[in-house]
Amino acid sequence: MFHGYLPTILGGALLTLELAVLSLVFALVAGLAGAAAKLSRSMLLRTAATVYTTVVRGVPDLVMMLLVFYGGQMVVNHVTEHFDLGYFDLNPMVAGVLTIGFIFGGYFAETFRGAFLAVPAGQLEAGAAYGMTRWQVFARILFPQMLRHALPGLGNNWLVLLKSTAIVSMIGLSDMTWLADQAGRTTREPFLFYLLVCVLYLAMTTVSSWLLARLEKRYSAGVRAAEL
Amino acid sequence: MDLSVITGSLDQYLAGLWLTVHLVALSCAIGLAAAVPLAVARVSRNPAVRGPVAAYTWFFRGTPMLVQLLLIYYGLGQFQWMQAQWEAGHPFWLLFREPYFCALLAFALNTGAYTTEIIAGAIRNVPHGEIEAAKAAGMSRFVMARRILLPSALRRAIPAYSNEVILMLQGSSIASAITLVDLTGAARNVYSKHFAPFEAFVFAGLIYLVLTFALVGLFQLAERRWLAHLRAQRNPRPVG
Repeated sequence: MFHGYLPTILGGALLTLELAVLSLVFALVAGLAGAAAKLSRSMLLRTAATVYTTVVRGVPDLVMMLLVFYGGQMVVNHVTEHFDLGYFDLNPMVAGVLTIGFIFGGYFAETFRGAFLAVPAGQLEAGAAYGMTRWQVFARILFPQMLRHALPGLGNNWLVLLKSTAIVSMIGLSDMTWLADQAGRTTREPFLFYLLVCVLYLAMTTVSSWLLARLEKRYSAGVRAAEL
Repeated sequence: MDLSVITGSLDQYLAGLWLTVHLVALSCAIGLAAAVPLAVARVSRNPAVRGPVAAYTWFFRGTPMLVQLLLIYYGLGQFQWMQAQWEAGHPFWLLFREPYFCALLAFALNTGAYTTEIIAGAIRNVPHGEIEAAKAAGMSRFVMARRILLPSALRRAIPAYSNEVILMLQGSSIASAITLVDLTGAARNVYSKHFAPFEAFVFAGLIYLVLTFALVGLFQLAERRWLAHLRAQRNPRPVG
């Protein structure tokens, strides 16, 4: 039915997942740093973080990706020329992870900021009263509680992130969308292959939603929901 | 930075900006118009009414808009029936060969799905008291939907909808994948002509940023106008 292209496309699906997970890791780190900057006492850090989250929300991911991919290559070329190094090709995977991670880091920063603020201050004071160090208060009380509040926001952003991986095919990463495009041209059955990609994305997003719902339930153990 | 790259291609950016603006405005308008009745169907108690709408939103919210766009523009040509219509010169089916029409269709279907869920959520959250009051006043279900349920839900949906419109503005940048020269497409052309990625894409990014700010401002005005009754009162009058 797929003219033998099925294994190739499934391989592309793995690449898409890999791209999404790597971007997620990068975004989580950037998001935590962004949230820390937003909550810091330093005016400079707060302003920098606000510029970061604003730019990320106001500029399309594709435009940023093109900038990182083509602009980044130019910077790399300058550097390699300057130090007399060989030609180094900035690959689409690196550009994709950097861009998607950077963008969703901005969204995560907002999520984490809200979640940190949602942890009652009294619990932190109680931790300090028990003689815990600041790190212990963070690791034992603030972080685990924060995670529960952040989970719904993180989950929604993960679903958006997963879908935005498709645009990396526009800078030539051979992910499943790019492979489907190639297979569609060769076999003259583009609809079939794009539909296959849709089904694969649907499977990923549906499984993610299901897992997230279970995680949320687990992390909310002992929390009573408001009922009408 | 070589600013002459930008000043020399201002007319291209302007043309791209115009395409972006009316693609987004038109698709959001179509999507919103379709979403209102679809949202009412989505909250229906009848699974035969609710089901198809749920399937539609599940598909369009679960797949990337880029793939949806490619599916419509490049995908439909696979079918011999479609090719026969094109050869026969059928004016309606010929539209599916137009990149502009396909982008509009894909964007409208996509934003329609998200907007349906936003409005459906708002309908579910209409305070029960408002519905009871409408029933007590003897309104029929249709009158109640028109006078109470929808006005209340649509107002409450404004904050979430403003996010959706902003995401559509950002998302519309993929129009350049099917040969359309929108704002991003213009930037790509400027880049390949002058080989100046920073100038080309940073300038386009700035325009998108300004557009986003304008949308945020517009929606703040809309919220002030239509959600005034839900704002925290600064000097609440003492009761009694």
